[in-house]
Amino acid sequence: MRANSGKANIIRLFNVTKRYGGKLALNDITLDIEPGEFIFISGPSGAGKSTLLKVLYLAERVSEGQILIDGMNLARISSAKLPFLRRRFGMVFQDFKLIPNRTVFENVALVLRVAGEKPSYIKKKVMHVLRVTGMEKKANHLPQPLSGGEQQRVAVARAVVGEPSIILADEPTGSLDRESAQRVLDLLLGYHQNGATILMASHNIEQMNRFSKGRNIILEDGTLKGISTILC
Amino acid sequence: MMRFLNKVRTDIRSNRFLNIITIMTIALSILLVSVFILFFENASRILSAWNHGGRAMVYLSDSFTPAMLPNVKEQLISMGSIEKMVFIPKTQALERLKKEMGSKIQFLSTLQENPLPDAIEITMTAHSSFEQIQKAAARIEALDIVDTVEYGQGWLGRFLKLFNLFKMTGYAMSGLFLMIALFITANTVRLAFYARQTEVEIMRLVGATDGFIKTPFYVEGLLQGFIGGVLGMIILLAGYLTLSSGISRNLDAYVYLDIHFLSWQAVAIILFSSTFLGWFGCFISLKQILK
Ligand SMILES: Nc1ncnc2c1ncn2[C@@H]1O[C@H](COP(=O)(O)OP(=O)(O)O)[C@@H](O)[C@H]1O
Ligand SMILES: [Mg+2]
Repeated sequence: MRANSGKANIIRLFNVTKRYGGKLALNDITLDIEPGEFIFISGPSGAGKSTLLKVLYLAERVSEGQILIDGMNLARISSAKLPFLRRRFGMVFQDFKLIPNRTVFENVALVLRVAGEKPSYIKKKVMHVLRVTGMEKKANHLPQPLSGGEQQRVAVARAVVGEPSIILADEPTGSLDRESAQRVLDLLLGYHQNGATILMASHNIEQMNRFSKGRNIILEDGTLKGISTILC
Repeated sequence: MMRFLNKVRTDIRSNRFLNIITIMTIALSILLVSVFILFFENASRILSAWNHGGRAMVYLSDSFTPAMLPNVKEQLISMGSIEKMVFIPKTQALERLKKEMGSKIQFLSTLQENPLPDAIEITMTAHSSFEQIQKAAARIEALDIVDTVEYGQGWLGRFLKLFNLFKMTGYAMSGLFLMIALFITANTVRLAFYARQTEVEIMRLVGATDGFIKTPFYVEGLLQGFIGGVLGMIILLAGYLTLSSGISRNLDAYVYLDIHFLSWQAVAIILFSSTFLGWFGCFISLKQILK
């Protein structure tokens, strides 16, 4: 059974193709995603999972096709409006993308500073998110000396701190041991239960089974191989 | 706000060497420019004082008779730029001379004929610039009834030529140094920007506008410009104090020297300009980098 089946689609892809030079990374993808869905993107390394997420927040432009986010056509987003589009997303990057010379607190706070939030709110909100992700004690540490799992959690904290309606997570458990991975998944699940739409890329199909509901999108060589509904 | 300033401070620290170079360059060019300004401000005031503030003596030829005075005055007025005219008949001039010389020179009283010419002392309206006086004097001298016009043109004129040459060199060098400072400032910003490229890229990805990204660079540019300007002014003031006390101790007895430091308006303009320089270097660089 599909949740929220009555709502308008929040993400729509029409025949999306992405080429890097001559290399095909996404091949004619058409897909509708409803608000509040949990989308699991699986497929082997190099299948185009990261690229699929990147075209959504315009880190890359599509070569062909159209993408609508909440009714906005991404092809028509000007560079001046781009930052505002990106603020609707929370992103967990495959390589974390933490700023090395800023503390954990500052890395997470950046999202809110960029959006012009008040310092008092920023402090409260960031500390709350760090508490939830279990990184409270490391708030004043620089990210580099932290373990992969800890950096991953900081990345997740940054993705959720702005309370985005859509969370894009690119292999958020990729470098984690089972326990840490479970913790990150639980976190994302919590935000999902609060109503966020989540797209999570992973080459680890096992993890899918932890979610009570959602859809699994299988990519292979940039082509959509199948969509299955997860039912437990 | 405090956090923002703290961030700027750590940013500056992480690029400390470059920033010091930039501040020093700005300070040096500002120093050079202000040395010239200081020199010219003083030199032109002293020149004008030596020239009695735009006064000149028009010595009339022998054919002049007092009856012609209204006519001559009219001719002078028609030349324009004359503010005041005082006729000094030769008898009065002789009296004045006698009084000034006192009893020292006996021969004056033995003179049978007055050797002095009649004269008109004129004050020109445009006495701010020595060149204007020079031009007006040449025109007056061309009149038939006028013998010569005296305004200290001899050595003062020659000095003026030198002065002008110096002034041109000063402008050229100041311009050159300001360009160099601008170039170095712009370059520092560029390097700082590239050093923070990952950071900037991440900021973009989480939704930072160009304005948000640029602001710290501008703050840094403005600060560097301002600090450079203040530094330049401090060096100038120190140099001025050392030199001026030496000059007045040694020369005051011989010549009239009225030396001042830059007016506070000039200091304000210089500080504003150096701050602007820091900002402008930033502007050029970011405009280029961010398209
Ligand atoms: N910036 C890029 N330039 C060229 N090729 C790229 C680039 N990014 C990804 N690719 C290629 O596109 C394909 C899909 O990559 P990606 O989306 O990262 O796959 P996945 O995340 O599923 O491992 C791969 O073959 C990869 O080599
Ligand atoms: Mg990937």
